[in-house]
Amino acid sequence: MIARPLEPAVPGNSRARRSLYLQYMVEPFYYLAPAVILIGAVMMMPLIIGISYSFQSIELLNPFKTGWVGLDNYADLWTDRKFWIALENTFFWTFWSITFQFLLGLGLALLLNTQFFGKRLFQALVFLPWAVPTFLSALTWAWLFNPVIGPLPHWLVAVGILSEPYNILGDPDLAMWGPIMANIWFGVPFFAITLLAALQSIPSELYEAAEIDGATPWQSFTKITLPFLAPMIAITVMLRTIWIANFADLIFVMTGGGPANSTQILSTYIFTTAFRKLDFGYASTIAVALLAILLVYALILLWLRKKLVRI
Amino acid sequence: MSIMRRRHPLFAVGKYAALLFYLAFALFPLYWLLKIALTPDALIFSEGTRLLPSAMTWSNFSAVLFATDFLAYFGNSLIVSLGTAFVTTLVAAGAGYAFSRFVFAGKKIIIAVMLITQMFPLLMIIAPIYKIVADLGLLNSLTSLIVVYTAFNIPFATFLMQSFFDGIPKDLEEAAMMDGCSRFQALRKVVFPLTLPGLGATLGFVFTAAWSELLFALMLISRNDAMTFPVGLLTFVSKFSVDWGQMMAAGVLALIPSCLFFIFIQRYLVQGLTSGAVKG
Repeated sequence: MIARPLEPAVPGNSRARRSLYLQYMVEPFYYLAPAVILIGAVMMMPLIIGISYSFQSIELLNPFKTGWVGLDNYADLWTDRKFWIALENTFFWTFWSITFQFLLGLGLALLLNTQFFGKRLFQALVFLPWAVPTFLSALTWAWLFNPVIGPLPHWLVAVGILSEPYNILGDPDLAMWGPIMANIWFGVPFFAITLLAALQSIPSELYEAAEIDGATPWQSFTKITLPFLAPMIAITVMLRTIWIANFADLIFVMTGGGPANSTQILSTYIFTTAFRKLDFGYASTIAVALLAILLVYALILLWLRKKLVRI
Repeated sequence: MSIMRRRHPLFAVGKYAALLFYLAFALFPLYWLLKIALTPDALIFSEGTRLLPSAMTWSNFSAVLFATDFLAYFGNSLIVSLGTAFVTTLVAAGAGYAFSRFVFAGKKIIIAVMLITQMFPLLMIIAPIYKIVADLGLLNSLTSLIVVYTAFNIPFATFLMQSFFDGIPKDLEEAAMMDGCSRFQALRKVVFPLTLPGLGATLGFVFTAAWSELLFALMLISRNDAMTFPVGLLTFVSKFSVDWGQMMAAGVLALIPSCLFFIFIQRYLVQGLTSGAVKG
């Protein structure tokens, strides 16, 4: 291992070259060691153990069934109808959450990139949902959807979406829209913040030049803004998709995966299998499957980005 | 954008309508939470969907504060979140400093590993972590939560701290080292005071993250007196699922610490999120 600090050695230092060399090699790790050790012990080691669990039977409620079982868990997974439902739900949940979060976030970022009275206060207020703890966002929206104390069912009746005010979280056909709604509310500020930072980095001369050349606002949006934002959009959407696909809190609190598994996504399935059934082997198997799907997704997106975006 | 301003008046109307929409969408759920928390029990059902209650009361708040375990949960969460925030910031400051100031073998690998930890589903390690913590006999201890949360938050906090250190010219500490300081002395006396805002922002981010973590706390804590706030509130909800006013009052109280920190970190939001770019 060779290490050197970015600056040249202090002149006039008369210590032996060898110990100096050793010192430079080791020095970064004085600062780095606690972080490396913690991440290694609390994240990487459990990750490897977790993968090994997927080849074992580990049920805390059934300690006599412990042992290596090869690919049995994966065979179970293949025939597990709940797994395939959860997989489908994961796509549904992730796709609609990310679509609305992105579109609304982009709109908000464009608004915040203009001038208007009271902008600072406005920005603080619309970003507020992002600061609300997730369990509390989930509870708040669950309450809003409750016809006894929440207004939403009554409004949905008024606009003709529902025939009578009932709780959509209990309706297998509509239940998923509850957590999706909460997720949109919670996630729009994140997109707005990231996209706003990217918008502010676009040189304003470009817009001025376009205006002089007689471009319409729509033209400058599609020809200047979007191409400049594209790399940021690609990376944000990719990271956010992974994050949302893993995001179990909202669904777990609002519906617990029900009714009849209609809101069960893979990450809530992992959690309920580990938490309620204490079946760690199978929970880890689902987790490995989720990881594999996310990995494939990330590779596809990186490849697409390389092909499409040339900045 | 100057283009917008010179357009048709309809543009301005549309813009303010959009502003209003975003404001209502962001604030309405929180308003509703506060409204129900302030509505007297007797009126909750009869005035279920009225926008303004005809009478207000603080009794829900006092009931939650003094007649339930709420304060104990609150205290536990405060210990866990503050502990996590301070330890994480300290560790991440060290790591961020190393990334910012040194070139060394293995740097790329360590950065890559840190990025990977931000990608994989954390729930994936919930089972192994439970077993390890149980084998160590640390279930139901706040320390185990602090250790776990600290590790989870280090990667993001490290990238954040690195971006703050990158913003401080190297010449400053080099000058101090020329004058006879050791690197650590230069770090403590010259760099540290300049990084205070960055340290504050990192503290805030980590605090809010730890404050709202639910699933690992559910798994590792089952004893009532060790529950953190999210776990406590959730059991509260399932146990007393009819006392709407008290539940919402508890919710409003849970909002306070995060909102305080949020106001505090507001101006670092854009910088933090873009430099880290991986925060969940």
